[in-house]
Order: sequence, then C-alpha cells, then structure tokens
Amino acid sequence: MDFLSVLSFAVFFLIFASFFSLTSLGLNMQWGFTGLFNVGVVGFYAIGAYTSAIVTGPAYPDTLFGGFGLPVPLGYLAAILTSALAAFVVGFVTLRLREDYLAISTFGIAVTIQLLALNLQSVTRGPNGLYSLPKPFSGLSASNLVDNLLYLLICLACIGAVYWAFERMVRSPWGRVLRAIREDETAAAALGKNVFAYRLQAFVLGCAVMGLAGALYANFIGYISPQDFVPIFTFQVYVMLIVGGSGNNRGAILGGLVVWALWSGSGGLIAAVLPPDLQTQAAAVRIVLIGLILVLMLLYRPAGILRERHIVSHEARMGDGARPPAADA
Amino acid sequence: MGTILKVVDLTKDFGGLRAVDEVCFEVAAGTITGLIGPNGAGKTTTFNLLAGTFPPTAGRIAFDGQDITDLADFETFRRGLVRTFQIPRPFSGMTVLENLMTVPQDQLGERFWNNWVRGGAVRAQERRLREQAIDILEFLGLDHLGEAPAGDLSGGQLKLLELGRALMADPKMILLDEPGAGINPTLLGEIVERIAALNRRGITFLIIEHNMDLVMTLCDPILVMADGGLLMEGTADQVQQDPTVLDAFLGGVPA
Repeated sequence: MDFLSVLSFAVFFLIFASFFSLTSLGLNMQWGFTGLFNVGVVGFYAIGAYTSAIVTGPAYPDTLFGGFGLPVPLGYLAAILTSALAAFVVGFVTLRLREDYLAISTFGIAVTIQLLALNLQSVTRGPNGLYSLPKPFSGLSASNLVDNLLYLLICLACIGAVYWAFERMVRSPWGRVLRAIREDETAAAALGKNVFAYRLQAFVLGCAVMGLAGALYANFIGYISPQDFVPIFTFQVYVMLIVGGSGNNRGAILGGLVVWALWSGSGGLIAAVLPPDLQTQAAAVRIVLIGLILVLMLLYRPAGILRERHIVSHEARMGDGARPPAADA
Repeated sequence: MGTILKVVDLTKDFGGLRAVDEVCFEVAAGTITGLIGPNGAGKTTTFNLLAGTFPPTAGRIAFDGQDITDLADFETFRRGLVRTFQIPRPFSGMTVLENLMTVPQDQLGERFWNNWVRGGAVRAQERRLREQAIDILEFLGLDHLGEAPAGDLSGGQLKLLELGRALMADPKMILLDEPGAGINPTLLGEIVERIAALNRRGITFLIIEHNMDLVMTLCDPILVMADGGLLMEGTADQVQQDPTVLDAFLGGVPA
C-alpha cells in the first residue's frame, strides 16, 4: 500500500468519524448535560440530510418538490433550520414527559421520519433515494484526495465551531441550570427554574447540530436513501457519547472517533477471523462487539474516557487557594 | 406584626382520600411557626400546596398580601416563598458552590444569548453571586466543602446545603420540612442556631418537625395537625398541656 492510498483512506475515515462526532456533540447537549433521553437521534440526522439534499440536489423527473440546486452552504443552513424546527414541534409535545416516556415517543418519531422518507415518494423518491447531490469543492482539482481533504476541513470547522459555542454555553449560568435539571428536575423546578423551557432549548440546539451532521453526510456521500437512517445509528451515537464521556464535549468528539475506528476496524478483523460459513453473520458480530464495549465501559469506567469536569461553571471557584484546584479532565 | 401567610379552608383530595381537610391558619411575619402532628396528618401535603407543587382541591392561600393559590412552584419561589425538602434533593453531580449559584432568579446568563451579547455583565453578576454564595457557606460552616461534589456530603451537611440554597433566594419566608430528621445532636444544635439567627434577620419560618425538643425551644406559635385537619394552635406550653394533642399523638390516652 502506498502512502497516498493510506492517506486517502485516513481522510475518508476521519470525514465519517466527524459526522459521528458532531452528532455525538449534539446528543451531549441533550443527554450529557440535560439528561434528555432522546432515542430519535437518527430522525433529526435524517431531516438534515434530506433537507440539504432537497435544497442542493438536482431536479429529478419523478419528484414534485425539491431539486432547487442551490449552493451547498444554503443546504447546510436549511438543514440546521428544519431540524431545529422539527425539534421545536416534537419537543413541544414530548418534553413534558419524563425519562422513559420521552424515550419511547422520540423513538417513535425517528421511525416515523424514516417511514416518511420511505413513502413520501414525490419528495424523497422513497427507497430509490436522492442521488447526484453536489459536493463542495468537487471538480476544483483533478484529485479526489484534495476534494476530500477540503471536505474534511469543512467538517472540522463545523465541529470546532459547535464545540466552542457549546463549551461557552454549558459553562455559563444557562448550562448550570441544564445540569441542575439533569441532576434533579423537581428540585430545579422548586428553585424557580422553568424546566420545560430549558429542556426545549437544549433539545432544539442538540437536534440542530444533528441536522447539520446529516447534511454534511448527504453532500459528502452524494446519495441518500431511507436505509441510511435506521435506528441502530442512534444507539451507535449513544455508545460513542458514553465511551467518550457523557457531559464532556471533548469526550463526545473523541468517542465518535474511537468508536467509529473500532466499528470500521472490526469489520475487516471479523471477516478475517470468522469461518467462511459464518461470514454472513459478520454484521451481527459487529453489533455484539459494540454492545460488549458499552457493557465493559459502563462496568469499569462509567464516566467515559474523559469524565465530566469537576467544576463546570466558569466562575464557580472558592478562590484564594482554599482547596487545590480540581483536576480538569 | 402583620400576617405574611394566610390559609383559608385549604383542602386536598387524592382520589377518595382527603389528605388536607379545610385547614385555616395564619402565620405572622417574623415568627418561627411550628407545624407538628403524627405521621399522615397532612403536614407535607400542606407544604406542597403552599409551595405550589400541586394545586389544592379547594381553599385559598395568600402570601404577602397576594393570592398565590394557583401559582406553580417556580412562581411561588419568585414571590419569596421558598421550601426545602424532607429528603434533601441536592444536585449531586455539581459542587456545593454551584448548587448555591444555581438558585437566584432571572440571572442574566440564564438566557443563553446574553452569554454572547452581554458577556461582561454576565461575568460580573457571576462574581457577585459567588461572593454571596461563599458568605452563606461561611455562615453555615460549609465553606471548606465549596468545591466538593454535593453528592459527597453527609445527611446533616445536605440539610445545611438545602438551607443554603433557600437563602440564596433572599426569601421572605422559608418552609422547612424536617430540618432535624436524621441529624446528630451536635449538628442539630448548629442548625437550630442558624435558623434563629436568620429569623433575627427578618426571615419568617414555618417548620415541620418531629423532634419535640427542637419544636418547643424554637417555635412559637405551634400548629398541630391530625387526620388532615388543624387540631389547635398555641404556644409550646399550651400545646403540651392540651389533652386532644396528646390523644392525637399517642392515640386514645384518657385525658
């Protein structure tokens, strides 16, 4: 294998990892900081992907709506807005529910979104999917590697911007209320916090980031169909967040990278190890492997690779060296 | 002294069970009023009704001259009526200092956009809140634990943390639900002192408590509830000598 093919594989791998890292960041705002058990992650990712596909994609002969062929950045922006809007509507009706009820209803919503993609043929072309989606910078150079490197930069810029913004917000008084709600919703309400309003804000922000990740995916891969948005995606992202460190934005990004590496690396490994007559089960073995990682992580390092900071709020130090500064993860 | 809390015909039904039955009482501003009664008398339910945790079936509640019957818990809190819980409810994963700094209402930085457009003002307010919180922690003797996770505190320290969170709200009146339950005598003495000191600063208290020593030394007047109704109201001596009170607590002792 020559250097260039290793490099192009690495770039391709990192681009995919960044879709997961970004989604995991979005989920961290909801689950990691606010304790919202959103089991419909893939639904909002799909909304972002389809929105950008409709806004930026070419006109297809068999659709009634879409094919606007607008510049890709507008597709990303539209994806953020529609997934945020969808989250607002969904959140408004479900966020008064607690834990398991919220989980069940968001799961149902993700399945509904996938079924819509499958059946709303005049917009999504159903199982045939939307194809020939434009990729920014493609055709700028003759080399596919350069295209991908530039796309990786876009992805990293998105992750960097979201990380920076989320860090600043969770360390503010606003973020402190989110964490109070996560720790004890009833006590937070008794202290005068409008719990529902905060839950809705965290939910919408997180889903908007998931939508952006979906749009990045759609315009990179160039083709999306309902099979891309199956429920297992949500659970992969949860594993990433828990392994990386729920409640830590760096952990969320790292978890996306680590678990995606294990996931994509295990494919070849499993294929090499399994006897020929079991090869068809390789995909299932992968899922078992991810489950095993999750269980081991929860048993031996439940806070994740990077645990939540001891003190999150910017100004919450006793000062005067009364205590040694707490170790920040 | 004026009346700060006025309760008229307060009633709460849970299905077929009448937990609170047409209770009427008034709490004078500046007092430490006790609320005692056997288990199941409806004391905590009364607290929940006053604080707006759930609405009453019937009756009215007025606080500081305004009707608060239909207000939710976060709204009564805004008016200066603050409650603590029988079983402390700390934000375990947050530090003691963060627990206190979470409390004040309408912090600039609680609206997330202010953190972008008015960052300087948010930070200045944060520093003021930190000073206020550290003062309260010093008053409660918890300052050495300021950066400890609240989940690491002992039962008694959690009671103090609850009191500290209530104080961060600059309350007019605090509803304390069993501040003495499960506390060792030394720490209990400290809690009693702190309550008395806060009362001297003008905060009115309504206290549910089973520890009769605490009630008799600290509280005046004392309200007695039994079976959802208000049995009597009086000073410590009057309550102790009242045969119906003995009857309610001990059950059928001939007077």
